[in-house]
Amino acid sequence: MAETTLKTLILFAHPAIQKSRVNKVMAEMVWELPGVTFHDLYEAYPHFGIDIKREQGLLLEHDLVVFHHPFFWYSTPAILKEWQDLVLEHGWAYGSQGAALQGKKMLSVITTGGRESAYQPDGYNRFTIRQLLAPLEQTARLCGMEFLPPFVAHGTHRMTIDEMKGHGADYRRLLEAFRDGRVNLDRARRLSRLNADLDSIILG
Amino acid sequence: MHGQGFFFQAFVYLAAAVIAVPIAKRMGLGSVLGYVMAGVVIGPFGLGLIGEEGKDVMQFAEFGVVMMLFLIGLELQPPLLWKLRRTILGTGGLQVTVTAALVAAVGLLFGLPWPASVAIGLTLSLSSTAIVLQTLAEKGLIKTEGGQTAFSVLLFQDLAFIPMLALFPLLAGGGHGSPEGMQHAEEATHATTWVSGLPAWEQTLVVLGAVVLIVVAGRYLGRPVFRIIARTDLRELFTAAALLLVIGIALLMTQVGLSPALGTFIAGVVLADSEYRHELEGDLDPFKGLLLAVFFIAVGASVDFNLIGENPAMVGLLVFGLILLKGAILFGLGRLFHMGLDQNLLFTFALAQGGEFGFVLFSFAEQQGVIPTDITSLLVAVVATSMALTPVLMLLNERFLQPRFGTREEVEREPDAIDEESPVIMVGFGRFGSVTGRFLRANGITPTVLEYDSDQVESLRKLGLKVFYGDGSRPDLLYAAGAEQAKLIILAVDEHDRVRKILETVRTHFPHLRVLTRVVGRPEAYELLDEGVEHLYRDHVDTALRLGVDALRLLGKPAHQTHRAALTFHHHDEDSVRELGKMRHDRAAYFSAARERISSLEELMLSELTAEGEERDAGWDTESLREDFGEGSG
Repeated sequence: MAETTLKTLILFAHPAIQKSRVNKVMAEMVWELPGVTFHDLYEAYPHFGIDIKREQGLLLEHDLVVFHHPFFWYSTPAILKEWQDLVLEHGWAYGSQGAALQGKKMLSVITTGGRESAYQPDGYNRFTIRQLLAPLEQTARLCGMEFLPPFVAHGTHRMTIDEMKGHGADYRRLLEAFRDGRVNLDRARRLSRLNADLDSIILG
Repeated sequence: MHGQGFFFQAFVYLAAAVIAVPIAKRMGLGSVLGYVMAGVVIGPFGLGLIGEEGKDVMQFAEFGVVMMLFLIGLELQPPLLWKLRRTILGTGGLQVTVTAALVAAVGLLFGLPWPASVAIGLTLSLSSTAIVLQTLAEKGLIKTEGGQTAFSVLLFQDLAFIPMLALFPLLAGGGHGSPEGMQHAEEATHATTWVSGLPAWEQTLVVLGAVVLIVVAGRYLGRPVFRIIARTDLRELFTAAALLLVIGIALLMTQVGLSPALGTFIAGVVLADSEYRHELEGDLDPFKGLLLAVFFIAVGASVDFNLIGENPAMVGLLVFGLILLKGAILFGLGRLFHMGLDQNLLFTFALAQGGEFGFVLFSFAEQQGVIPTDITSLLVAVVATSMALTPVLMLLNERFLQPRFGTREEVEREPDAIDEESPVIMVGFGRFGSVTGRFLRANGITPTVLEYDSDQVESLRKLGLKVFYGDGSRPDLLYAAGAEQAKLIILAVDEHDRVRKILETVRTHFPHLRVLTRVVGRPEAYELLDEGVEHLYRDHVDTALRLGVDALRLLGKPAHQTHRAALTFHHHDEDSVRELGKMRHDRAAYFSAARERISSLEELMLSELTAEGEERDAGWDTESLREDFGEGSG
């Protein structure tokens, strides 16, 4: 069963890319990927002067919206929050008249310092990633978008270069599969995170 | 054909250079080889356009070497030179003594008497400063380890040349007749010197005094004098002063019996951290280049093909033997001082030849009767041939040997001896430029600064900034400031005409440089936009807006909103400059568009403050949400 092809918009947010290890490696794997628009928010808006019309235009042109960022304080870096506040306007993205984003898909691609075991009810962070992502999930829902299980690179504090490259390669492989309509969405929806078992959800 | 006066000579030399060098460059052979081949073609054994006077020309053109060492000195600050001391004395000293000893041993084997063998050994231990440094500089290899070591050895050879000259009469006299010998030595260097007839210890004192004089005068007199000359704003006067300096030092050195090249080198080092460094470089570089070109042509013309033709096997064997022996010693020294293989090969191939000092020493040895005439003319042919072959050898090394070793060193990793060029050149360091410059410096980028106001240069230098005197519109000066390696050029001068002149120079000579320009006002900005300058910064726009923001805040407006309003205003203003610039030639369209831009901006700002009309940042406003909720629920 072939799925439809998806045009992907990556909204990348890292306020200090020169200090980033994992996100940089991952971003480098996808920023020139054909069929994918890589949009670095801190680079585009160093003063936070987000161009709302331009951002809305970008959203309209794409089918899959990726939030790619480190998981700062169980949430997004500041500019991505500002982006949500300003771009997802009432009457455009949501509300009785707001239907611009209906049917699109949303994916969180995040990196966490802690291991996956820390994000469990009995773990250090007490909640699962999926629970902590509830605000984003509900934002997507309110805008009529489907929120997919996230892509998570856990344990960045003790990650080797090879492991980083492995996550980068997985990220790229997943986006290529979305672009070419080779992701089995039914199976994907059942995973806790998409990169837990890429082989089972990517066709061909 | 020859002997038809100065202009004909000049015509022949220049024509040969202009024709041969582009061809050689095209074939990837480098300019030195091009000049040498041109010399062979126009020389007495080629077209015969120049004759025996080639040798005199060579002596004149050796002044190019003197200038080259001055320019190299300018690039080499005293602490860096101090770092090289071990290489100069160690590697250089060993190279000269070991080569001299082994060549002398070969001479003895051939049955030559020992004085002649020693004289030949010493003479052949020297290499060609002119050919080696020019070739290295052209290939950008001076800053590598191999290049630095080659340079150090050449410097030692320069030091050793004068003592050799003094030693030859002793060799002739078998240990006595020193005063007479000195007399002859002076004849060989074309001068009766001030130190003639003085006892040895006084001579030493005079020599030391001369060096001290150069250092002290360079340090304390050089800058004020150059500043006075710079104030006259006559460029040719500055060039004249630079030439005067180099020629004066060369004369002084000859008078006290030191190598002129060494003297100017010291003067160069002394002036290396002066603000006039780039200006001096820019002024002298063409002279040096032309003189060296003439010198290389003369080397090509002086290869005696008659002699080679008479006993080709003999000359061929000697050239081969000389290069092999010198090369083996150099390679061994490289090993001894732990050079990497690729650097060692560069060093070896660079220095494995005879040098221009050889011509002087051989003719002197002949006069003194140390070496018989038939042998000196043979050896002069050998030296000239080996010099002509040097660029070929270096090319072979580069093309065929280096690619086999993957260890080729990156130039960036060798920041040692010659200071690195900055990626940013800044023209103008007044109120505007100084802020940008300090900001860049605080972030680890120290720009190379050119400033035209000599008083300003002086005071900024006192604050410890690296500022050089000069007019940024001269290509030679920009070149000296490192425009070829730089990435950006920042124009922070306020005279619009100068900005345009500099821009023109940059566009013509350094099109790879990205330009960031300060402009005074809108009309100036329009002109530069027409010329395709992307990065424009109009004076006072940012500061005026910041003042406006503070004014609104003092009136009680919220800080963050006011800050964002300033961002919007600035953005809009920049857009309008670009848009209006395009239509400014059509007056009617310009004014109507200008009116429209102004009113639309004001409307925009007003709507921001009164929350009427089109909303900006509506996501932060719950007005519509409350209405929607009200409708939905009721």
